[in-house]
Amino acid sequence: MDTLIQQIVSGLATGGIYGSVALALVMIYQATEVVNYAQGEMAMFSTYLAWTLLNAGVPYWVAFAATLVIAFVGGLLLERILIRPVESAPVLTIVIVCIGLLVILNSVAGWIYSYIQKPFPSPFPSRPIQVGNIYFGAHDIGALAVTLVVLAGLYVFFRFTTLGLAMRAAAQNPVSSRLCGIRVGWMLAIGWGLAATVGAVAGMMVAPVVFLDPNMMSGILIYAFASATLGGFTSPGGAVLGGLIVGVVENLVGTYVKFIGTELKLTVALAMILIVLVVRPSGLFGRAAVHRV
Amino acid sequence: MAALLTVRDLEARYGETRVLRGISFEVAEGGITTILGANGAGKTTTLRAVCGMVRTAGEISLGGRRIEGWATEDIVRLGVAHVPEGRGTFVQLTVEENLRLGAYARRDPAHLDADIQRVCRYFPVLAERRRQTAGTLSGGEQQMLAVARALMLKPRLLLLDEPSLGLAPLVVREIFRIVRTINRDERVSVLLVEQNASLALGLADHAYLMETGTVVMSGPAAELRENDAIRRAYLGY
Amino acid sequence: MSLRAWTLGAAVVALAVAVALPFTLTNFRLFQFSQVYIYAIALLGLNILTGFNGQISLGHGAFYAVGAYTTAIMIDQWSVPYGWTIPVAGVICLVVGFLFGIPALRLEGLYLALATFALALAVPQILKYFEHWTGGSQGIVLSKPSAPWGLNLNPDQWLYFLTLALLVLLFVLAANLLRGRTGRAIVAIRDNAIAAQAMGVNTALYKSLTFGVSAAYTGVAGALSAVTVAYVAPDSFDVLRSITFLVGIVIGGLASISGAIFGALFIQFVPNWAQDISKAAPWAIYGVFLIVFMYAMPRGIVGSLRLAAARWLRRRAEPSAAAAGSRR
Repeated sequence: MDTLIQQIVSGLATGGIYGSVALALVMIYQATEVVNYAQGEMAMFSTYLAWTLLNAGVPYWVAFAATLVIAFVGGLLLERILIRPVESAPVLTIVIVCIGLLVILNSVAGWIYSYIQKPFPSPFPSRPIQVGNIYFGAHDIGALAVTLVVLAGLYVFFRFTTLGLAMRAAAQNPVSSRLCGIRVGWMLAIGWGLAATVGAVAGMMVAPVVFLDPNMMSGILIYAFASATLGGFTSPGGAVLGGLIVGVVENLVGTYVKFIGTELKLTVALAMILIVLVVRPSGLFGRAAVHRV
Repeated sequence: MAALLTVRDLEARYGETRVLRGISFEVAEGGITTILGANGAGKTTTLRAVCGMVRTAGEISLGGRRIEGWATEDIVRLGVAHVPEGRGTFVQLTVEENLRLGAYARRDPAHLDADIQRVCRYFPVLAERRRQTAGTLSGGEQQMLAVARALMLKPRLLLLDEPSLGLAPLVVREIFRIVRTINRDERVSVLLVEQNASLALGLADHAYLMETGTVVMSGPAAELRENDAIRRAYLGY
Repeated sequence: MSLRAWTLGAAVVALAVAVALPFTLTNFRLFQFSQVYIYAIALLGLNILTGFNGQISLGHGAFYAVGAYTTAIMIDQWSVPYGWTIPVAGVICLVVGFLFGIPALRLEGLYLALATFALALAVPQILKYFEHWTGGSQGIVLSKPSAPWGLNLNPDQWLYFLTLALLVLLFVLAANLLRGRTGRAIVAIRDNAIAAQAMGVNTALYKSLTFGVSAAYTGVAGALSAVTVAYVAPDSFDVLRSITFLVGIVIGGLASISGAIFGALFIQFVPNWAQDISKAAPWAIYGVFLIVFMYAMPRGIVGSLRLAAARWLRRRAEPSAAAAGSRR
């Protein structure tokens, strides 16, 4: 029973990270109908920038905050400079641009920082936290807490601020938004910035566990896809919840089902994607697309 | 009366198709002007051209300032509120959120709540449904919401695109009554595009008749109402 | 001369050049061009599904793998002459593709992309799992065939002509298919499936069949690649392969048959150029190429050519209007 609870909490921690990346994917998808395949690499690159700051002696939380700011500005600039020229092109064209970005970020990171894995510090103590008879990894709890704080902040922003409302409007109905004087292009750019920030948080929380290398996020990206599929690509809350579920299921399956090694863990994620798509394509919380003729 | 909106030799095209072939018209300050015409005459395109939503050639002046080529968002900030065809409500947002968005472009965001109340006085049903998702409102209610949202801008010029489309006659009459009140009490100039000629001519001061991208007739609304050709072609008697 | 005549003329010239090449190029270059033709067949397959029929597939590497391994296993385990393995691979992929097309009917756009993406990811795993047949991670080694019937060609030249011949055959077949009623039905389904259905097109049947045909083309390409490379291994059929195919059809031009050739040239040669430009970060250069291409030609190479041709033809048709009109 204790192991179960431990594994669940641990699963929630990784699930929070999957959910964050899934949230970033869904945010951009909702606004543009484009899946930003480069989301993982953007997160990875932000984490490398954090590493550079930390290596230069900057205290952790200062580097953390600075990275969030840099990620935000970076995401915003990427949208304005890279995506804007093709924003009215067919969807697949924009997808290819995202793939190009993915490849560039991965390659440049490898070139600057090499492909050797680097350790990344965790701001949380290495001593486990004891609750009754159960020991929880401090990093697990800490990462989960940070993820939840960031997500709560986003929720408050979108729900209760004017800018958040304008962004939601711009994603749902760009034409009417323009008629309200909303600068839809900039809303999109801010969306990319926020998505990049969320990704950066995810990257910095996962790097201490899997070690920092340019291919760090590719495995996570797949789980993020599974999370967004499960929760629904049209539901930000669903994506996060989907992430938590995927994280827990992955952990429990890995622990309790004996013949699933690390190779087949990936297959579990894929199986989840396929099962959801067969049973209910729009996910748990997504809206089924209604086609008007 | 001076003209708030002046349009001269306006051309517009969708891709390679020319939809407006050089039209000219005016909206008087404080007046209600209507553009009539059958389907495909180019009426909706005219409103979109004024808002910068299509590529145009020609002159568009608002209060003496040339605005052709401007982005929609910037034209809106000058005080032009457009209620588009199909209403354009944010169906996934609540009624209150729709109204708040209407005020987004204003420079004085204070008194937002007071403005919502003011607008709800014109359309009481919106006050009841304040927290409801806009998509669950009936067609007539959504039209009212669209007009209310436009009013939140405190516009100088209100563009109405076929407000009667798909609505019950009673509802349409109510909306037109409110538009007249708004024009009179808040000094909002109105440019109304309508297929329903008799309603439009009953409301407007001045009218233009469009056919396939050109203006074929214009004059005071009272005159056009009496015009035999119009009566037969567009009013059906 | 009409546009059609120009295009046909260009195709004839290109074919003549292609036939002359083997007598002027090195064996290695011939091998590379054979790969181009093989990719072109695969891209044409994907384009039929995604460009013409609107069903996005990120998993065509799977059909490529099925075709390749069918050939490899038939040659390796049962000593079947390679010539027979190619149509067999095609037929098997036709069936597999059709069967996959049935559940795919329920999925649209993004969701179909996700499902095929998941499939593509699973392929290397599955290949490694069925070791007894596939040779596991080691793969299967084959031997390069020599020219039949005593022709005076070395293996690379023979394989070059073989792939070129199959390319021309399959292209002509596709052109016939897509220009007729079937093609119109396929495109109608892409543009407005509901309207197409309302007009009597059996969308379910057509969509599944299109999946099958698309898979068959890519499977034949896979079979050919097994023969020309003389080696198959699970890791060469990873998700990158599928993504590369997608890149190929977008760069070449969606819903275009000739686009497959341009796309194939791109995915074969540009990575090499990128490596020549920068040994340290070749993929970064490749990414830059991708982005620049998409800016310059958002509708692919053929798409841009078509736009340019249309503009040129229109200017020829109305010289007076262009001179006198009040253009913006």
